[in-house]
Amino acid sequence: MALKLTDLKTDVHNDWCPGCGDFGIEASLKMALTEMPVDINKVALFSGIGCSSKLVHFTNAFGIHTLHGRVLGYAQGAKLANPDLEVIAVGGDGDGLGIGVGHFVHAGRRNIDMAYIIHDNGVYGLTKGQASPTLHLGMQTKSLPEPNINSNINPIMLALASGFTFIARSYAYNTRHLKEMIKKAVAHKGFALIDALQPCPTYNDINTKEWYGGEDRVDPATKRPMPRTYDLEGTGYNGTITADMSQDEVDKNLVQVIEKSREWGDKIPIGIFYQNETVPIYEERISERIPSYMREPPARQQLAKNDGKSVVNLANLSKELLFESLVLAQ
Amino acid sequence: MSRASVKVNDLSWMTGGPQGSGVDSSANIFAGACVLGGLWTFGLREYYSSIKGPHSYFEVRVNGDKIRSHVNNVDVLATFDAETLIRHAEEVALGGGILYDPTFANVEIDKIDSIETPVVLRIKSRLTKQGLPGTVSGILEEAKRRGVNLFSIPYNDIIAKTAAQIGEHQLSKLSRIVNVLSVSASFGILGFDENYLNRSIERAFASKKKVVDMNEIGAKLAYDAAKSQLKQPFPFQLHPIQNQPRLLLMGVEAVALGKLVGGCRVQTYYPITPAADESEFLESHGNFDISGGNNPSQKGSILVTQTEDEIAAITMATGAALTGARAATSTSGPGFSLMVEGLGWAGMNEVPLVITHYQRGGPATGQPTRHEQGDLKFVLSAAHGEFPRIVLCSGDMEESFYDAIRIFNYAERFQMPGIHLIDKGLANNSMTISPPKGDLVPIQRGKLIQGDHQGNGDEEPYRRFAFTEDGVSPRAVLGMPSYRFWNTGDEHDEMGHIEEDPDNRVKMMTKRMTKLDTAAREISEEEKVNFFRSSKKQADVTIVSWGSTKGPILDAMKLLERDGIGVEFLQIRLVSPFPTETVKQKLAGAKLLVDIEQNYSGQMAAVIAEKTMIDVKNKIVKFNGRPMSQDEIYQSVKQVLSNPAQNKRVVLTLGA
Repeated sequence: MALKLTDLKTDVHNDWCPGCGDFGIEASLKMALTEMPVDINKVALFSGIGCSSKLVHFTNAFGIHTLHGRVLGYAQGAKLANPDLEVIAVGGDGDGLGIGVGHFVHAGRRNIDMAYIIHDNGVYGLTKGQASPTLHLGMQTKSLPEPNINSNINPIMLALASGFTFIARSYAYNTRHLKEMIKKAVAHKGFALIDALQPCPTYNDINTKEWYGGEDRVDPATKRPMPRTYDLEGTGYNGTITADMSQDEVDKNLVQVIEKSREWGDKIPIGIFYQNETVPIYEERISERIPSYMREPPARQQLAKNDGKSVVNLANLSKELLFESLVLAQ
Repeated sequence: MSRASVKVNDLSWMTGGPQGSGVDSSANIFAGACVLGGLWTFGLREYYSSIKGPHSYFEVRVNGDKIRSHVNNVDVLATFDAETLIRHAEEVALGGGILYDPTFANVEIDKIDSIETPVVLRIKSRLTKQGLPGTVSGILEEAKRRGVNLFSIPYNDIIAKTAAQIGEHQLSKLSRIVNVLSVSASFGILGFDENYLNRSIERAFASKKKVVDMNEIGAKLAYDAAKSQLKQPFPFQLHPIQNQPRLLLMGVEAVALGKLVGGCRVQTYYPITPAADESEFLESHGNFDISGGNNPSQKGSILVTQTEDEIAAITMATGAALTGARAATSTSGPGFSLMVEGLGWAGMNEVPLVITHYQRGGPATGQPTRHEQGDLKFVLSAAHGEFPRIVLCSGDMEESFYDAIRIFNYAERFQMPGIHLIDKGLANNSMTISPPKGDLVPIQRGKLIQGDHQGNGDEEPYRRFAFTEDGVSPRAVLGMPSYRFWNTGDEHDEMGHIEEDPDNRVKMMTKRMTKLDTAAREISEEEKVNFFRSSKKQADVTIVSWGSTKGPILDAMKLLERDGIGVEFLQIRLVSPFPTETVKQKLAGAKLLVDIEQNYSGQMAAVIAEKTMIDVKNKIVKFNGRPMSQDEIYQSVKQVLSNPAQNKRVVLTLGA
């Protein structure tokens, strides 16, 4: 039976502010789930802490709402113990790039086959609008007493440096685009990041829906706003690394990702910045050491016989520590 | 020396040297030879927090019967550097022996940079008082005057001869055999058949024939060199005895074996002393044989993942536990400090997560490679808010093994984090034990929903945190159709969704805390405490303690009882939930109650006071980073007995 959007609804009251970008991300994720060939019983959503992380309670799939900054720990642990799960992690920019940035970097090194969506709005919403790691230097959003004193993290560039093998950006109110990005991220073999730009209508009065939509800069010819975001697809940009590329071509491609990730302001690219399926996923690296891993992962091993006795052969396991007493001729 | 004064199969042997010079491997080869000869061993390992250079030492006690602790005196000190001799010569008992390299005779004590200035000054002033020079010769002369036998082992000559025999011209390639030479020379004076040593060498270097050969050739020369210096039989002798097969292992290995038998299939860790050895053992045994069960390959496996920090370690293990895998993380004090927020999340979401915590000297970095039991009160209350947890403390190798299985059972049966509390002494010491039984502790998974039963979804929706009488709800895992659930660190309703309603809060807190009462009720008495009786009807002294002090206390008890002092000993193993009634009952009739702990304040005594209102007035504590010896306990218990009012708090200080 095909999954319908209504199947993904829960009875939990949604307390996001009216106009929050989180709604667009939630809708895109749910649409993507209905359109993907996934078994919803195998989908496990993980989230951190913040407005965005309440998403799991509004979605009728396994939903694990974890600690601030730690979503990737929990999500990776579950995926490794049961690689059959379709693990999708979500969290805010403060969660993933502030308090949790250490885990972000190391998740790239592992390259576990899962997806991670960062709700990127430049502020800490739930604590009333402090500057988050993606807010640019000198910007003063509504509740900041002084302009932001720190430079921003560029999530695309950091993801590239950390070894992510799928790096995309989308925009919360472009649900059709975001939905496609989510489908591609989930289908990607390896760790996939989507930097989902979103307005915070309550605390970010600079990067607003109107700002992203370009309503402050009307095209004199068409008299229509010129949106700040543009789709990389169709621009000739291609961030895909393939096995037949030379090292030189790979290097050039990486430089192009960095260049593209630096565009901001009047032209903000969305789409896939980088994809590289030539890097072995963590599960494959484990399988080289544990041949039975994918077939009998930790979550599916039977631990005891029917009488509760352990299945482990302790004698074989402790052989190297066992000393038979020798009887020598005296 | 008369024949009567010869001690057979009762020996304390020590070796030492710069860290990284093979001290551990020579001690293991020594102990291995003894165990092959049917004897029992206990090994005390002391080392600095560094990789190469600073002094480390390893004391191996050997006996014809099972032993559980080290002693103060050294009977044979096998040295191959000057520093070991300088530091430890004074520990060698009358009639004992020192093996030394004659080329170090003129080394001046204050020229050895790695000996701390206070130690140099202390030793030099000791020698000056006796009119002796501040050199290795002075140390040797001092020992000789005290009645210690000296054996000069010309290591360089033996290495040169060995090289000639195997046709190796680069002597430096053979320099590493020096530690085995000191072992072999020891056996030469102890009268222990050299073939046991050869078998032990072969085990240690199984895959490297050339290494085996050079060690065995050198060992023969060293053995004869030492033996030829005996004018009469050495007062300490080792004689082989018939014995059953036994294990020679360290605490970390006992825990690792227990984890595998107990079904641990995911272990996460961030490198830390002394816990990391356990994870390394697990990783090197990642695939193992199983029989029965549904795994077609008849192989079990454990996934060991090194994480970026301890926060990732605990959160990854928790995520793994949500899938139904038995998952653990292993750490020491500083790592556990980082884990506490994750501990609270596991408590809030009733996740059966296991944490193996190896205590070391604290606070902060403290004494990274040294022993302490300073984290008891910390693990009992770590993380904000109130939530139930299991805290189980092992006292020896066997308990470490079985408790590593039990802690998973408790965690799953009562759906709460389980902390297995061990310490550095237990982690790093080695011991000979009879092989534990792999099926003694059955695997119990509590209310885990087994199998993916369809059909539940059409009726009542599954409620992960359903209210029940015992507080424990049926537990589904991620990926089970028709058992969808939510988790959150927020207070939540039965479904697992955020809920701030005050009535729900009261019910949900009560549900979680009730599980502690359930655990207290369902865990059997013999798993909560051990009680060792005195041979006397009314004991003169009742000792209460926990953790690895068990070994020296049991050994000291024998000596005290031999002296006619009636001693009983309550070893508390389960600290959360605390066995209040049992402890009250065992301690109520005590004539003299003495708390023995390896920390400053007597943390268990404080817990006992809190839970039972019993004030343990006499304490024996030690917090210098070195484990208690049998003799220290023997002497200090006597000291307390001699005048309890004057000896309220005895602080032990021995150990190098």
